[in-house]
Amino acid sequence: MSTFVDRRLSGKNRSAVNRQRFLRRFKGQIRRAVTEAVSGRKVADLERGEKISIPAKDLSEPVFHHGPGGRRTIVHPGNKEFVTGDRIDRPEDGGGQGGGGGSPDGEGLDEFVFELTKEEFMNYFFEDLALPDMVKKQLSAVPEVKKVRAGFVSQGNPSNLHVVRSMKQALGRRLAMAAGPRERLLEAEAALAELEAKGVGDSAEAVELREEIAALKQRVAAVPFLDTWDLRYAHRIDQPQPTSQAVMFCIMDVSGSMDQERKDIAKRFFMLLYLFLTKSYEKIDLVFIRHHTVAKEVDEEDFFSSRETGGTVVSSALELMRDIIRSRYPSGAWNIYAAQASDGDNWEDDSPRCRELLVNDILPLVQYYAYVEIQAEQPQSLWHQYEYVKSVNRNFAMQRILGLEDIYPVFRELFRKKVTA
Amino acid sequence: MSVQTPGTDVPPIPTPTASAPVEDVGHGSQVIRRQYLSEGSEWTFDLLRTYDQEIGRVAAHYGLDTYPNQIEVITSEQMIDAYSSVGMPVGYHHWSFGKQFMATQKSYKRGQMGLAYEIVINSNPCIAYLMEENTLTMQALVIAHASYGHNSFFKGNYLFRTWTDAEGILDYLVFARNFVAECEERHGEEAVEEILDSCHALMNYGVDRYKRPARLSMAKEQARQREREAYLQSQVNLLWRTLPPKEAAEQAKKDERFPPEPQENLLYFIEKNAPRLEPWQRELVRIVRKIAQYFYPQRQTQVMNEGWATFWHYTLLNHLYEEGKLSDGFMLEFLQSHTNVVYQPPYYSRAYSGINPYALGFNMFRDIRRICEAPTEEDRRWFPDIAGADWVKTLDFAMRNFKDESFIAQYLSPHLIREMKLFAVVDDDQEEQLEIAAIHDEAGYRIIRQLLADQYNLGNREPNIQVWHVDVYGDRALTLRHYMHNRRPLGESTPEMLRHVARLWGYDVRLESVDESGKVELVGECLV
Repeated sequence: MSTFVDRRLSGKNRSAVNRQRFLRRFKGQIRRAVTEAVSGRKVADLERGEKISIPAKDLSEPVFHHGPGGRRTIVHPGNKEFVTGDRIDRPEDGGGQGGGGGSPDGEGLDEFVFELTKEEFMNYFFEDLALPDMVKKQLSAVPEVKKVRAGFVSQGNPSNLHVVRSMKQALGRRLAMAAGPRERLLEAEAALAELEAKGVGDSAEAVELREEIAALKQRVAAVPFLDTWDLRYAHRIDQPQPTSQAVMFCIMDVSGSMDQERKDIAKRFFMLLYLFLTKSYEKIDLVFIRHHTVAKEVDEEDFFSSRETGGTVVSSALELMRDIIRSRYPSGAWNIYAAQASDGDNWEDDSPRCRELLVNDILPLVQYYAYVEIQAEQPQSLWHQYEYVKSVNRNFAMQRILGLEDIYPVFRELFRKKVTA
Repeated sequence: MSVQTPGTDVPPIPTPTASAPVEDVGHGSQVIRRQYLSEGSEWTFDLLRTYDQEIGRVAAHYGLDTYPNQIEVITSEQMIDAYSSVGMPVGYHHWSFGKQFMATQKSYKRGQMGLAYEIVINSNPCIAYLMEENTLTMQALVIAHASYGHNSFFKGNYLFRTWTDAEGILDYLVFARNFVAECEERHGEEAVEEILDSCHALMNYGVDRYKRPARLSMAKEQARQREREAYLQSQVNLLWRTLPPKEAAEQAKKDERFPPEPQENLLYFIEKNAPRLEPWQRELVRIVRKIAQYFYPQRQTQVMNEGWATFWHYTLLNHLYEEGKLSDGFMLEFLQSHTNVVYQPPYYSRAYSGINPYALGFNMFRDIRRICEAPTEEDRRWFPDIAGADWVKTLDFAMRNFKDESFIAQYLSPHLIREMKLFAVVDDDQEEQLEIAAIHDEAGYRIIRQLLADQYNLGNREPNIQVWHVDVYGDRALTLRHYMHNRRPLGESTPEMLRHVARLWGYDVRLESVDESGKVELVGECLV
């Protein structure tokens, strides 16, 4: 005799532990793969799971096996041309008749590809950046929602039971269910009263009526006072918190001294700010401004890949930013954030101009302005001017960066503000 | 597509009625009363029960002896879970299962691979999984295939009867998982993982080929485990103790070999003799070894087991169709799946990846039935014992008393060799070219049969490696010997494998290859 068991609702995700074991064991390789994946992504494209591939040889499970060589005899099916004693050339790379060898669909066998969830991916990303745990948690949290009332439903949990609604429902049902018998009851009572008035209160007809009246009363009484389908529950749904829009300016020096490594650090810096913003704003515009002696608004690809030579005039970028804000992002309607990355070089006479631009024109309009100086040898004039800016403005942050772990402190202020808000 | 009829010796069996449409179909002069068990492809638990009952009835009619069935309906996610724990319903935790899981999940999501229709576990009751997404036809196929085909094989085949204990396995797996978890708590996940890694690497060398294993059961295991820990440790300590022995006895002892005979079960040898293992580590070795032993028969009977199950799902469902219980639509869907399962691409096809065990096994069982029912003159010459015999009994005997290797050597017929157009290729690294050793002709039948049987001999497929010597009074080094077969060398994983052996043994490990002329050569060593 067979037993049937429905297991569909039990024991999902039995492999979750084993999966974690796997991730733990190959942490090093996965982190490397994540780093590579990040550099291949766009700034706004960070928050999703990723296919990660690590070399399959790192995670092989070896067994003793035969190597090539020696004498082997293999039986194959489907002979169409050979007779005993035929000699044939060795097939190249085992395809076709040699059997074995070579995966037919061309999938690379030397890479093990798997997917990380968004959370896992973000964890590896954060690890490099040395973020405090609380920040990590906040960044990977789903956008906040608020419970709002949304009418009544017939199913719910007992704590949401709506008594008034349920009683109302019960009342209606009782009326409806008892209506028929009650009407008939009235009729019967009237008829009985009539008979009694006639003085034939104990005739067979009257007895029958009395019985019927008793039965009807019982039926009316049997209508339940409260039934399961009377129950009504307050319905609450998740409503996303109202969000507003923001624009993020990425400003980067692309003069000759910004090499690929510095650009990668800058990219992480921009990505992190972007992540912060996605937690507070639903719609975020990105504006990329690159500059050497002149500034230019470009798309993301150009922003990270192009490289030019020549001197550096930072104020050109700040002016362009100011103009863009004026023409496209009125500060009443947009929350404006800016992130600037540079190696600290600037034309000596230009730095005071930058200071003025920032203090007078830009900082009053923006929520937060973050500046990083990447792997600069000596603090230069721009740094000194910016230090002054920082001393008079609370929404300005700056940091000298040698490695990825230095990025986060730039945002410390920004984050603190968010917590208190 | 034509529906083959199963034997004509099947008497009609009165059927319990099921609420289903009835139609009378004119069939020449004969009228078959058709009463389908169901129409449409959606399954319900009631329908599954009906099908199981019917299939079980027909299976009993053919004398299939099975464990009671426990049929579990699961989701595809759970199926991937089941996959990745190599079919163990309860498994201890290990990263390799996670790797398997991720690989399966990925290729399933990308549509590169469908999940197997079924996973069936050699236990009593016999647990089979049905996937919720499958159609009713597929569920019926799986019930016939797993719950009656595999199930009867598990219960009947001599290897399973000797090597595995269907009653005790679930208990034992629970014990193993708890024990591993306990060790992780006491000694850390990494320490446990190291030992398990090394044991997994040696899993194929953790089986007794000749001794019968003791019965497993959780109660006994638990009670004996502590006892064993203490006892084993004392044994090992005696073996390695360093108190100066008496002179004469010492000399005598030095002349003794240890082990006196080469040992083929590496994990067993390590469990009992490795000098540096802690008691809990020995128990881990034992657990992996027991599980290897449990799966050993499955590795030796792939062709037979799958062939048997495939033969019976085909035969049982056809029988039901003959009784008029299955609609044509049902049969078409069934036959399409069945044909895919038993398809054997020829060697020149891009889809070819060796002989399909389902195809070979199915063809052989069907061929045996053919030889019993309609033997040709050739069959009478080759199989005088079974030509014309009762096919149900003959098949039953074949299922019970063979493994792949001997099954092929015994039953592969010239007829089937011709049908599958089998041929043998010799690949000798001392020759410029490959040579065709035999094809499907009179001169080749016996050669092909022998070569194909050899191909399924696990002893030939895996390198033959045995414990040769332990230098008990010297540096305690362990020497393994690889007995070469047809001059085939070891693969490139050898150094890594020796590291695994050394991790368990705790002292130096050497590996020597012995070729067929008896020449010994050191092929690797791992010094700790």
